[in-house]
Amino acid sequence: MKDFLLSRQFWWVLALPLCWPLSLVLTTLYVEPTALGPDPAQALVDEFGKITLYLLILVLGVTPVVRRTGWVWLAKQRRALGVSVFGYGLLHWLAYAGLLLDWRWQQLGQDLLDRPYIIVGFVAGVMLLALAVTSNTWSVRRLGSNWRRLHRLIYPAVALSLAHVFWVARSDYSEVLAYTVIVIVLLALRRIKSPH
Amino acid sequence: MKRTRTPSLPEYQVTDQAYYLNRRQVLAAGVLSAGICLSSKADISRVRDQQADRAPDWMQALNREAKTSPRSTQEALTPYEYVTGYNNFYEFGTGKDDPANESDDFEPFPWEIEIEGEAELVGKFALEDLLKGLAVEERIYRLRCVEAWSMVIPWLGVQLSDLIKRLKPLSSAKYVAFETVYRPEQMPGQRSFFAAIDYPYIEGLRMDEAMHPLTLLATGVYGQSLPNQNGAPTRLVVPWKYGFKSIKSIKKIKFTRRQPNTTWQLANAREYGFYANVNPEVDHPRWRQSEERRLPGGVFQANRIPTLPFNGYGDEVASLYAGMNLKKHY
Repeated sequence: MKDFLLSRQFWWVLALPLCWPLSLVLTTLYVEPTALGPDPAQALVDEFGKITLYLLILVLGVTPVVRRTGWVWLAKQRRALGVSVFGYGLLHWLAYAGLLLDWRWQQLGQDLLDRPYIIVGFVAGVMLLALAVTSNTWSVRRLGSNWRRLHRLIYPAVALSLAHVFWVARSDYSEVLAYTVIVIVLLALRRIKSPH
Repeated sequence: MKRTRTPSLPEYQVTDQAYYLNRRQVLAAGVLSAGICLSSKADISRVRDQQADRAPDWMQALNREAKTSPRSTQEALTPYEYVTGYNNFYEFGTGKDDPANESDDFEPFPWEIEIEGEAELVGKFALEDLLKGLAVEERIYRLRCVEAWSMVIPWLGVQLSDLIKRLKPLSSAKYVAFETVYRPEQMPGQRSFFAAIDYPYIEGLRMDEAMHPLTLLATGVYGQSLPNQNGAPTRLVVPWKYGFKSIKSIKKIKFTRRQPNTTWQLANAREYGFYANVNPEVDHPRWRQSEERRLPGGVFQANRIPTLPFNGYGDEVASLYAGMNLKKHY
């Protein structure tokens, strides 16, 4: 486990998506103040949210792609991809709690109680946390057959994440519908056993 | 305002000697992303500098005559690039930069407005004729979006009550309904299959709200005629209500006996009411309304300010709602 955690691959996978929002922030701070628009806090929350969603879809795609292509290197990235889903979800939440709400815990608690889209998002986040902390080899060994069962949480996590995005959408549902269709296709592909 | 702490570096950037060479690759990827990011900003820079006014002479002349008004606020203006580059105008797309980027094909002139309903002067009228002789003022108003952000915008326009008086509404006219233009060939958002709202966009005011001196029929912003993304050639500004009441690109004005059903009410009545008065005590299911972010804000320092009842225009408009339960009539 130690070897894997310190492996370049792991950090590459985790770090690569950060380049985009990081470059936006650095550009805004040092090059062009309008890079993130007039509401940069909200823009960052949205960017991290998008990255989390894209990574989530990517993770779901690993198994069907690997089954059909035999790309072992991709299968090896699943753990890092999974952890990064949680990682960017955390950044999404940190941007919201820190940049938008300025760490006011009372407001955070109130939002959690009052706003449905925040509730489902938070629950999805808790599920992803459980998956992330049990993604190491030690957990696989300790949990045995329960590990597989625990990691089925990815399915409700995906559903809640899509519900979160759907509920946030105020104006147009095209994007969230596209994501939902992609997720359904990826899940369907898992059920269809490939000839491999 | 309390300064937020800058977040500490993500762990991957705290490098071990063994990974020093890899850091260069990470930096290169970052610079590449920055390059892509900067090139995609060409769209924002398109509206950063104020362009020449392209409205016809009569409209430019009208706006040139604008006098200052004591009703203007003294607060700091939101920069031009954001007033004209960060907009909710779903007819052109749902991204905040879509209206600025997607409205080039829109032709605001020549423009006619159809007057209907309970009034003496009904029919189709050229905008030029409707506005002829009316006094134009510069009104610097706060605009509060329901999404909990706000701007301070220097509008040019005529007091709506001046136009309404000209149209001679009957005593049976209790409300005024407004409709945005429907032009899917020039407005890509109106062609979207999965839009959350129906087009054309409809809004409405109670007669006393429409006749209130604060209610503006805007013809310009920042000293020029309205850019397409701001609702050219003419739009409402009702500063004590949430921004979605300030309907853009008005094509129809109808005097009605009954309260009109507005687009957002029809889309989601639980979230959007008819009155939509800015009210810090009534939360929206999505957004807490007790405070707002005054734009522009910094990355680590959003300009959070408390939201005022009626967006700070309570002295002028609270009397319109005396005795009304504003939690019920949201």
